Amino acid sequence: MSPLSTVAPPTPKKASAVRHRLRTGTRYAPTLATLALFILMFIVGAGMYPSFLSGQVLLNLFIDNTFLIVLAVGMTFVILTGGIDLSVGAVVALSMMVTATMLQNGWNPAIVILSVLVIGGGLGLLMGLIIQYFDIQPFIVTLAGMFLARGLCYVISLESIPVTDPFFTGMAQARIPLSEELFISPGVLIALIVVGAAFFILHHTRFGRTVYAIGGNEHSAMLMGLAVKSTKVLVYSVSGLCSAIAGILFSFYSLSGYSLAAQGMELDAIAAVVIGGTLLTGGVGYVLGSVVGVLVLGIVQTFIAYDGTLSSWWTKIVIGGLLLVFILLQRLFTRRTS
Amino acid sequence: MKSLLKNRLAWPVLALVALLAVNQIFRGDFLSLRMQDGHLYGSIIDIMRNGAPTILIALGMTLVIASRGIDLSVGAVVAIAGAASCAYIAASPEPASPATAAVAVVIAVVAGLVLGVWNGFLVSTIGVQPIIATLVLMTAGRGIAQLITDGQIVSVTNDSYKAIGAGYLFTLPVSILITAVVFILAAVLTRRTALGTLIEAVGINPVASRLAGLRARNIIWIVYIFSAFCAAIAGLMISSNVTAADANNAGLYIEMDAILAVVIGGTSLAGGRYSLVGTVVGAFIIQTLTTTVYTLGIPPEVTLVFKALVVLTVCLLQAPKARNLLRNLKPASPLRTKEKVAV
Repeated sequence: MSPLSTVAPPTPKKASAVRHRLRTGTRYAPTLATLALFILMFIVGAGMYPSFLSGQVLLNLFIDNTFLIVLAVGMTFVILTGGIDLSVGAVVALSMMVTATMLQNGWNPAIVILSVLVIGGGLGLLMGLIIQYFDIQPFIVTLAGMFLARGLCYVISLESIPVTDPFFTGMAQARIPLSEELFISPGVLIALIVVGAAFFILHHTRFGRTVYAIGGNEHSAMLMGLAVKSTKVLVYSVSGLCSAIAGILFSFYSLSGYSLAAQGMELDAIAAVVIGGTLLTGGVGYVLGSVVGVLVLGIVQTFIAYDGTLSSWWTKIVIGGLLLVFILLQRLFTRRTS
Repeated sequence: MKSLLKNRLAWPVLALVALLAVNQIFRGDFLSLRMQDGHLYGSIIDIMRNGAPTILIALGMTLVIASRGIDLSVGAVVAIAGAASCAYIAASPEPASPATAAVAVVIAVVAGLVLGVWNGFLVSTIGVQPIIATLVLMTAGRGIAQLITDGQIVSVTNDSYKAIGAGYLFTLPVSILITAVVFILAAVLTRRTALGTLIEAVGINPVASRLAGLRARNIIWIVYIFSAFCAAIAGLMISSNVTAADANNAGLYIEMDAILAVVIGGTSLAGGRYSLVGTVVGAFIIQTLTTTVYTLGIPPEVTLVFKALVVLTVCLLQAPKARNLLRNLKPASPLRTKEKVAV
């Protein structure tokens, strides 16, 4: 099933039904194209390297990218309203630093996790309030937020801080078996719960519908009496909260806090969201698409790891190329629908 | 006094003067200049020299933002330009000759122009949002730079090349002179010809300006090419100053500093109005901030926090809503809520 087939010219007969299918098909097309690309890459990988085909390779994509999945979920909310959040990578690093420092000082892991969530959500809330009530572009406010969070990391420590807390090391090593050979990490479960919650919120709540409405047309949304202001503030809190969760997941993964961690991760998150089919102008996109976007980025990395002869910088070039292809694809589809 | 404060440049200039004053108070010789071996020395000169690449890139960015765009790829262009020129010098049979340096400069500039054409093509012809169009090069560009340098830091020994970033001419650092030339060029081109007005017209309403018979597409192309050109020169300066190309770290986050300089300088990200002088002031503020941190004896790791707070303060002071709030001490009327601004 090629998603491109949906743009075939409609036959004169039963025009309305075809057009209806065409329109809904077009809406899903970028996301479906991403999914098709992912499956294709997996098949090609399996053809080139026999060990690629194992289910564990697929599961490892989740295990190695739990934090990016959660970040992309938060970023999807923000981008759906037509905004952008550049602070996420720095907030991930800050969360890791706070986690590592608090644990080192003997705090209870539960209190540590709670504090990190409050800090991340609070930072997001603060940025949302400034964006909404002082009418400053999200780009600038979240850029300042990025400097602030990264700066606070440096203030906490320039050195890498190891995490030795038994709960965290336990989470890092724990494996949840799916079958005799397959397993996932607890982080994957958490990430999937976040994805599920985001899916529910976006598609089955008033808040979610308002997010889409703002992205579609903020003025209309306001005239419809929707809670535009509070929703816009809340999406940045959601993104901040997701960054904090991603930071904790990254701590599980790396068992350390380092102020230079997660550099440029905001770009990976934005790329995943765009590749997943969300329009940067807002209003169109799916959180599940963003997850597939993360998996595509992950499989590119797996490819390069499997190949062995390719250097790591090819990852960046390929991701840039993919980004380009999907932007052009989006451009094609949006032009057709408009 | 009141009309003076209403000037868009008033707040940035005040902030810069305040910063310089703080430095002068804490270090008595801060504003003094002295001659040594025929070169001009002093903290102000240092600030200008270290800030030269940021000022250059911010100048290009100003015109891009004036056309309601944004260029995230400048940091990557810096890395590519530095990588291309250093790789050429390192591989040439006469790595120390001035001719080699000249060819390397040409290669870097041509590379910059090509990348600018690419960005402009995506934005103007394909119609991709600027932030995304340039994100492509921002992501892929560092990979390309690493490809050129093969992942290594390429060091070069060439006196002519070193002069671009670290040399002196007429008692002044060459990098400052280059930046001044580009500034004058940009100012003359945009303020003595219609180009500036045309860029503003495109920034205010691209569709209307096209209907009015303006070749909006070409204008957009010009600003992205100019931005990449500035970034390439900055890349030459940075790599020349350390006589090495570092594909990973050259120009890292410089796009952020440049955008901040533009915004602090009073240019709105919504496009349509811009101030080249404001941008230079903004870039000075950012560079002076870094110096201030050292002067005040604040640990360098706090620089970023400090920067974030100053940026937010300046942005808040400039925000019409915050000003209304200060003036009336009551919230602005909801009717004046600005329509959605595309980033």
